[in-house]
This record gives sequence, C-alpha cells and structure tokens, in this order.
Amino acid sequence: MTTENQQWFDICNIDDILPSMGRCALFNKQQVAIFRILDQQGQEQVYAIDNYCPFSESNTLSRGLTGSITDKVVVASPIYKQHFDLNSGSCLEDESVSVKTYPVRLNGSIVQLAV
Amino acid sequence: MSSKIKLVVIGNGPVGHNFLEYLVESGQSENYQVTVFGEEPIPAYDRVHLTAWFETQSVDDINMVSDGFYPNNNFVLHTGDKVTKIDRFKRVVISEAGLEVSYDKIIMATGSYPFVPPVPGHDRDNVFVYRTIDDLEKITAAAKTSKVGAVIGGGLLGLEAAKALMDLDLQTHVIEFAPRLMAVQVDDGGGNMLSKKIQDLGVSVHTQKNTQNIGDGDSAFHKMSFADGQELETDIIVFSAGIRPRDELARQAGLGMGARGGVVINNNCLTSDEDIYAIGEVALWDNKIYGLIAPGWSMAQAAVDHLTQTGTSEFTGADMSTKLKLMGVDVASIGDAHGTTPNSRSYTYVNDREEVYKKIVVSEDDKYLLGAVLIGDAAEYGSLLQFMLNKMELPSEPEGLILPSLDGSSSGIGVDALPDSAVLCSCMNVSKADVINAVEAGANDMSTIKACTKAATGCGGCTALVTQVLNCELEKQGVEVNTDLCEHFAYTRQDLYNLIRVGKIKSFEELLEKHGSGLGCDICKPTAANILASCWNDHVLNSGLQGIQDTNDYFMGNMQKDGTYSVVPRVPGGEITPDKLIVLGEVAKEYNLYTKITGGQRVDLFGARSEQLPDIWRALVDAGFETGHAYGKSLRTVKSCVGSTWCRYGVQDSMGLAIKLENRYKGLRSPHKFKLAVSGCTRECAEAQSKDFGIIATENGWNLYVCGNGGMKPRHADLFASDLTEEEVITYIDRICMFYVRTADRLQRTSVWMDNMEGGLEYLKSVVIDDKLGLVTELEEEMAAVVDTYQCEWKTTIDDPEKLKRFSHFVNSKSHDDNVIFTTEREQIRPAVISERITEQA
Ligand code: SRM
Ligand SMILES: Cc1cc2nc3c(=O)[nH]c(=O)nc-3n(C[C@H](O)[C@H](O)[C@H](O)COP(=O)(O)OP(=O)(O)OC[C@H]3O[C@@H](n4cnc5c(N)ncnc54)[C@H](O)[C@@H]3O)c2cc1C
Ligand code: SF4
Ligand code: FES
Repeated sequence: MTTENQQWFDICNIDDILPSMGRCALFNKQQVAIFRILDQQGQEQVYAIDNYCPFSESNTLSRGLTGSITDKVVVASPIYKQHFDLNSGSCLEDESVSVKTYPVRLNGSIVQLAV
Repeated sequence: MSSKIKLVVIGNGPVGHNFLEYLVESGQSENYQVTVFGEEPIPAYDRVHLTAWFETQSVDDINMVSDGFYPNNNFVLHTGDKVTKIDRFKRVVISEAGLEVSYDKIIMATGSYPFVPPVPGHDRDNVFVYRTIDDLEKITAAAKTSKVGAVIGGGLLGLEAAKALMDLDLQTHVIEFAPRLMAVQVDDGGGNMLSKKIQDLGVSVHTQKNTQNIGDGDSAFHKMSFADGQELETDIIVFSAGIRPRDELARQAGLGMGARGGVVINNNCLTSDEDIYAIGEVALWDNKIYGLIAPGWSMAQAAVDHLTQTGTSEFTGADMSTKLKLMGVDVASIGDAHGTTPNSRSYTYVNDREEVYKKIVVSEDDKYLLGAVLIGDAAEYGSLLQFMLNKMELPSEPEGLILPSLDGSSSGIGVDALPDSAVLCSCMNVSKADVINAVEAGANDMSTIKACTKAATGCGGCTALVTQVLNCELEKQGVEVNTDLCEHFAYTRQDLYNLIRVGKIKSFEELLEKHGSGLGCDICKPTAANILASCWNDHVLNSGLQGIQDTNDYFMGNMQKDGTYSVVPRVPGGEITPDKLIVLGEVAKEYNLYTKITGGQRVDLFGARSEQLPDIWRALVDAGFETGHAYGKSLRTVKSCVGSTWCRYGVQDSMGLAIKLENRYKGLRSPHKFKLAVSGCTRECAEAQSKDFGIIATENGWNLYVCGNGGMKPRHADLFASDLTEEEVITYIDRICMFYVRTADRLQRTSVWMDNMEGGLEYLKSVVIDDKLGLVTELEEEMAAVVDTYQCEWKTTIDDPEKLKRFSHFVNSKSHDDNVIFTTEREQIRPAVISERITEQA
C-alpha cells in the first residue's frame, strides 16, 4: 500500500492517542479515524480508516472500542456496534459495506498520514 | 361433504376452554360445529391465578385464550349468556338470551359456585364471594371506603381471599369454624404453624368460631356475632366456605346426580346420557368432586379422546396433593396427610425459630411414603410426592428426608432414580419420559421444555423437579452449554468477577494476560471495566481503564444518533430547587441544547458536541450538580412521590428516603442499569413495583419489592419483606445489590436475574435474610467500600487537563464536526434529517 514516493504529513504525537484507542484527525478536509494498537505480536501499530460510519451516517468510528475478532484487528461502531477490519476497512457483519482506509505510519513518535 | 357434528360446550371456564384446546390438538376439530356458552362476560381466564388480577386489575395477565383462537378454529363463542335449559327430547340447548342451538353432543363444564351458608344477614350489602373477576371488582370497589375485612372460611381459598383483603390495605380477619386453618389438607401441628406465620403477616386468625348472625355494626358496617358470644366488627365480609357443583342444568335435564350434588360421570366422562359429557368441578367421579384444576384437565383430555376416538386416556381419579404459596408461606400437603392409614407411622420436624413444620406419614415397615405436610418450607415437596406416587422404597431412616442437612447438601432422591413413567408435572400430566424425549429432540433449557411439554406451566409446583431432570439429562448427553463471555475469555461474567476480586486484578491488560487471549473486544472490555468498577471503584478515565470503557462511559454522556451527547445531571429523588432549575435552563440556553423532562424525573439536555461537554459540566458542577450516570450500567434514578410531607395520604417520608437511597447507590457499577422508586403509601404514585428495587410505605415502615422491570419485558417486582425500618431497607438493598453484582450475567437486569435464579425469591431471601451462604458481612463490606469511594466522575474530570484531552473532536484541529447539523422544531433544536441537510448546505 505505502510506496516510496508518497508524501507524508505529520498529524499528531503518538501520545495524543491513548493505547488501544482512536482519535479523529482532520486531513485534506476528510475526517480520518486513527487507532493506536499493540497488536497480537506485541508491536505498536497505527491504523487509519474513515471516521464516517455508514450505518449511523455519523462521524463516530474513532470513538469505538477496538479489539480482535479471530485474527482481525477491529473497531466496533459505537452506535450500532458493527465491526470494521482496521486493515481492510471491510465490515465483518455485512460484506457489501466497507470504509476507506488511509496510508498511515509512525515516524519516531509522530503519526503521519499520506495522500 | 358430510355434515359436521354439532357440539355445544356449556361453560367457558378453564376446563371448558382446555377441552377446546385438546380438541384442536386432536386434529379433529374440523369435523365439529362448535358453539360455546359462557355465563361470564369475558372469555376463559385462569381462575387458579385469579388473585393475580389485583396486580394490574387487567385480565390480560390471566387470560387463557390465545389471540384468534375461537374465530380461527370456527368456534362460536357466546359470552355473557347462560344456558338455562337442555331439551334432550328436541336435542336443543336454550340460553338466557333466547338462543336455541341444536346439538349432537354436549360438553358440560359449568364448574362450581361458592357456598354461602344461610346465616342471617348473609345477603347484606358488602358481603361477597371470591370466585370471578366480577367478584374481585366488587371487593376492590368496596375496599375503597372500608377499613376492616373478614373472610369466613380458613381453607385454601379463604386464605387467598384474606391475602387479597390485606393487599387492599384492610385490617384482615380470618374466621374458621374448625380448630385449625386448612383443616382438609393439613394436620394440627401444621395448622398451628400456618396460623402463626399468617398472624405474623398481620392477619388475625380466629378458629373455632361459628358465625350466627350478621347485623349492623357500631364502629364498622357489619357486626358478626359468634356462637361463643364474641363479636367482630368489619366493613367487608367475604364468604369462602367451600364450593358446590353448578349442577342445576344437569338436574333440570334429568341426568344422573350424586346424593350431595354433582353430575355422575364414568371413566370417559360420560354422564347418564351418552351424548352428554361432564368435566371439571361439576363432575362427580367415584362419588368424588375434584376441586382442583389438574383433574379437570385430565377429564377434558379423556372426554376429547372418547369423543373423537383419537386416544384412549380415561379419567381414573387423581392425586389431590397440593403445594401452594399462601401469602408468601409455602404450604404443601401430600396423600394421607392426617395419618389415617391403620398402623402408619409419622415423623415430625418442628423449627419454631424459622417457623417450619414438616411431617411425613410412612407405612408400618418404614418402607413407603403415605403422606406429608410441609409448612413454611416445601422444598421437599417434589421428591416426597415422587416417593409416594411411584411407590419407591424409602431410605432406611426416612426421617432424614425432612431433617435439615447440616452440611447444606440436599436430601431427597436423585432424579435419576425416578422411573421413566413418573409423572413430574401433575397439572399437565407430563412424565419423566416426556421430558427426556424433549431433551433428546433438542430442548436444552426450561423455556423450551415448557413450550414443548407444557410441564411447569400450571401451578409451577414441579419446576424444581423438572429442572433437575432436564439438567441431569443434559449432563448425560454430554451437552455443554457454551457460556463463555466471548472469544477472548472462556469464562462467564460471574467467573470473571471472582477472578478479578480474588486475584485483586486492577486492569484489563492484567486480566487478559492471566486469563484471556487476543486483544479483547467490545463485549469483554466494557464487562471488565464494569466489574473493575464494582470491585475497586476507580475513576473511569484513569489510565488503563479508559480504553476499555464503552464510548458512553468514556465521554460520560450518552451518544446520540448523530454523534452528539446528552447531558443528564443527577436530581436525587426528583427534588430540585428553583435556583438549580434555573441553572439548567441557563446552561441549556447558552449551549443551545434540546431540553426534555425524562421518564426518570430529571432533565436531559441533548445535542452537546464532545468538545462542549467539559464546559457544560463545569457550569453544572459549579452550580452544585453531579453526574447522573445516565450513561453507565449503574444506578439511574430513584423515582419518588411527594409522600407524607405534603400528600394527605402519605404515611412515610418517601421523599427523604428516595434522596437518601439515590445518594447511597449513585455511581455503583452493576451488570446492567438499575432503578429504584419509593412511594409514600399504597397508592404507589412512584410506580415502585416496576423497579429493580421498589419501596412502598406502610403504617409500620416500608415494604421492599425486588426485581421489577419496565422496558421491553415488564415484570412486577416481588415482595421481599414487609414493614421494615429504613435501616433494614438499606441493609437488604446493599446485600441484594452486591449479590446481583457478583452473580448476574452481563447486561442482565435484576428481573431476568431473578427469573433465572434457581430457587427464585425464596432462595434470594435465604441468602439475604437468613445468610444461608454466610455472605452478608462480605456483601455489606463491599457495598460500604463503593459508597465510601464515590466521586462525581465529571467533577474529577474537569479538574484534570490530561483527562480532558480526548474531548476535542479532532486531534489536530479546533474545528467542529461539520456533519452535526440541527434544524428547529417546536422552538428547539433537533438533528436534521438527510433531506434537510442538503438544502441547508446548498
Ligand atoms: C432519556 C430517557 C427517555 C426520556 O426521554 O424520558 C431514556 C433514554 C434512553 N433509554 Fe431508557 N430512557 C429513560 C427512561 C427509561 C425508563 C423509565 C424509567 O426509568 O422510569 C425505562 C423503563 C423502565 C426500566 O428500565 O425498567 C427505560 C427503559 C430502557 C431500556 C429497556 C430496559 C429493559 O430492561 O428492557 C433501554 C435499553 C437498555 O438499557 O438496554 C433503555 C435505554 C435508553 C438509552 C440509554 C438508549 C441509548 O443507548 O441511547 C436512551 C438514551 C438516554 C440519553 O441519551 O440520555 N431504556 N428507559 C429516560 C431517562 C431517564 C433518566 O432520567 O435517566
Ligand atoms: C381464588 C381461587 C384459587 C384457586 N387456586 C387453585 C390452585 O392453586 N390449584 C388448583 O388446582 N385449583 C385452584 N382453584 C380451583 C380452580 O380454579 C378450579 O378447579 C377450576 O377453575 C375449575 O374449572 P372449571 O372450568 O371446571 O370451572 P369454573 O372455573 O367454575 O368455570 C365454569 C364456568 O362456567 C360458567 N357457567 C356455569 N354455568 C353455566 C351455564 N349454565 N351456562 C353458561 N356458562 C355457565 C361459569 O360462569 C364459569 O365461568 C382456585 C380457585 C379459586 C377461585
Ligand atoms: S403514593 Fe401516596 S403519598 Fe405518594 S403522592 Fe401518591 S398518594 Fe401521596
Ligand atoms: S405440577 Fe403444576 S405445573 Fe407442574
């Protein structure tokens, strides 16, 4: 997904996001939900998906609870509780629905998003 | 098409109705053209549970007829019309309204009527019987202007009527001719214990009283004079002096009758006319009238089998053993309760402290059980009955069956020892084999067993036994019900609670590491957060706890459909000063919040964006408000009525107690939300009986009701204890609450918790009042710890910049969520719907 010639933008410090939680960032007029998660291998990972929840039609995904369902790292929509795969953006309960994912990385302690 | 057989059913009581259900089940109902006459104005209702009518004063709770049952089966039902004549020559029945219906076959199910002895004055106003809803309506109306009530007759139905009078707030007397209560079913020792228990409840019991006259009273409406010269003044009298078969129609038609009434039937329930059957309480079999429902149902089945030739069951008598709860007192009587069998032996256990009386009657050689009486605790009813019905050999020292076991293990029989033919549920005639078959066909819980076998759906006396058989069978089949909380924890909520409490676990990470797998999820995280809070009561936003809170708990507000939050300050007991009310108005105005009075006696402010929450709460906290925990699985509100301070009927200070309770339990995290209410008198304006804990004032203190629910599946609360002091109320609620916190499932309200609790209300009482598990000190200490560590979560938060960080919508901008768009309706904001957004943005 991420390629060398992508342009990365600083968004925030990793400490602005609490462990295993999400925050919403304003990026290119988009609301992006960024999550900070210690994955099952014990690695600190960041994920970025749309903040917009297609089920409730509200900007709320960054406020959902994160976790794992089998081998997938997910966030649960805080309103109607559907799960979204943080890697692919697809909804576990309804295959036909998915949200956009964004290139995201940790550069030192800085969280960066790319176009 | 061959013409249908014309069938007329006379009487639409429980038995007449059941006959029709069995007819439908036989698959033959289409061959009959069915006409039903019922004298009462409404279709069949469950007379056994007649007293339940008082709870809601609605027939819905005891209605027996499923929606559309009569029309869908093409049964014509004439309610409010009595059959006055059977013309066997013309083969027609004639009704009071003048209908004339011809018949090929008749089912007579006219039941019985209450016997009123011809005492002078028995026909005065305010003298009633206790048999129909109409009777109850009249009694209720009369009770409104009365203070004292007396029931003549201390049998089973008389005591039930006495309970009704007591619940109507009348000073209640029971007058019995015999030397003891329930003379038919229990012996002297049992009758005495029963009297004692019932007097404890505030009912005066007068035995060996022969009423000779009823006349005008001085201080009350009536004066009753007894043969021994004594007198009693009362406003209401209810006769409950036995029943008599309603056989006037049979007499008119010239059918064979018993010497003392009743229509003679054979094993097929046929009367002396082979086209007329009689079933239920009007029928006389082997010179016996059966005044219970179960034999009526067996008769209905036998009649259907014979009529349609689809079965072979016959009525060959019935066991009259009964178990019931009278005014909350367990009473059971089995077989030869009086020990009249020659040479029989009996063993008795009496416990005056707990007011328990138990007796068994056994055969001369100690081998077989003949009868039993149980008062105050009838837990052994099921197994004793099985010993008798199945003629099972007793253990070598049969007295052990009724002695309390000191190690807490239960005596009695292993259900495995029961023969397959054993009838577990006598009401519905369900055998052990029926239950086993149902389990083999896939039924794996009580509700399914009830649905497919009907076991335990009558008097309920067999529930414990049927459950044991179910569990035993499931175990044999190696069925294990998966009760894991989620894929990350192979434990129930109760297991996790114990792991956390015992292992002194303070964070989710620790819990996951020690007992779980994966990253956790939106099920186990909030559950753990909730248990951690119940145990240690740390602030929800402490590090380590934040990430596992449900979003509502995290933002300490309820998320609405558009991502905004509601703000609900606590208003203990619903009492609020004008100044505080003004503050609410001012804050709402300043932040343009939609304002509504909630169903919980407080004010909800809607439409706050997350970044506004801290400022809004600062203003509220400054004015003396605290969080209302509308977002947490925790105490909601303690609803109140104004009580004795203002109200002319109030007998206690309900307002004061409501506020005290709300302040005590606020913030306690529990498996699900819970609610309380306190009413100042029996008029119950605070609707306490629909709450998890309801407290209703009495002249002598407070009655505590538990495990009620409104919401999706309403449940009336059960009376837990009466006439308590304020301290007792608090002690009991403390204990029950913490026991609920310990043992309930995730998101299980107290109502469902109670419905799933083995042993139900009695078990809860034994744990909370009698300290059966030796837990109460611990429970009280745990509650005290929670109460002592209370903090207003919002107050702590607004003082802590770290905790406030996450409230801004964007991590990198001060902008607002532009998707939150309001429009105006009735002078207030509301979320704009999609179509409204497009025009506003354009
Ligand atoms: C605001 C209010 C309705 C109103 O406008 O009046 C309300 C609003 C909500 N109720 Fe309620 N309930 C409100 C009184 C009630 C009552 C009446 C009462 O308490 O006297 C009941 C029935 C009584 C009962 O609980 O037994 C009630 C039964 C429910 C239920 C069903 C519970 C059940 O056991 O069946 C839910 C769903 C749940 O909790 O799972 C629910 C859930 C909710 C939620 C939390 C739904 C949600 O997750 O968004 C609503 C959000 C509240 C908010 O944003 O502040 N609400 N809700 C009432 C707040 C009272 C308060 O001051 O705290
Ligand atoms: C308060 C109370 C508590 C009870 N508790 C228990 C208990 O715990 N356990 C138990 O086993 N039993 C209990 N019983 C007894 C049980 O209710 C009866 O056994 C049962 O109702 C008998 O049913 P039935 O259909 O034969 O008669 P009924 O219920 O009397 O029904 C007969 C119906 O026929 C109607 N009728 C009569 N004559 C005519 C006519 N000529 N034309 C048209 N309609 C007519 C009557 O109005 C009535 O509606 C209790 C009864 C009462 C009153
Ligand atoms: S419950 Fe009683 S005291 Fe309370 S308001 Fe109603 S009538 Fe008055
Ligand atoms: S014995 Fe009455 S319901 Fe089973």
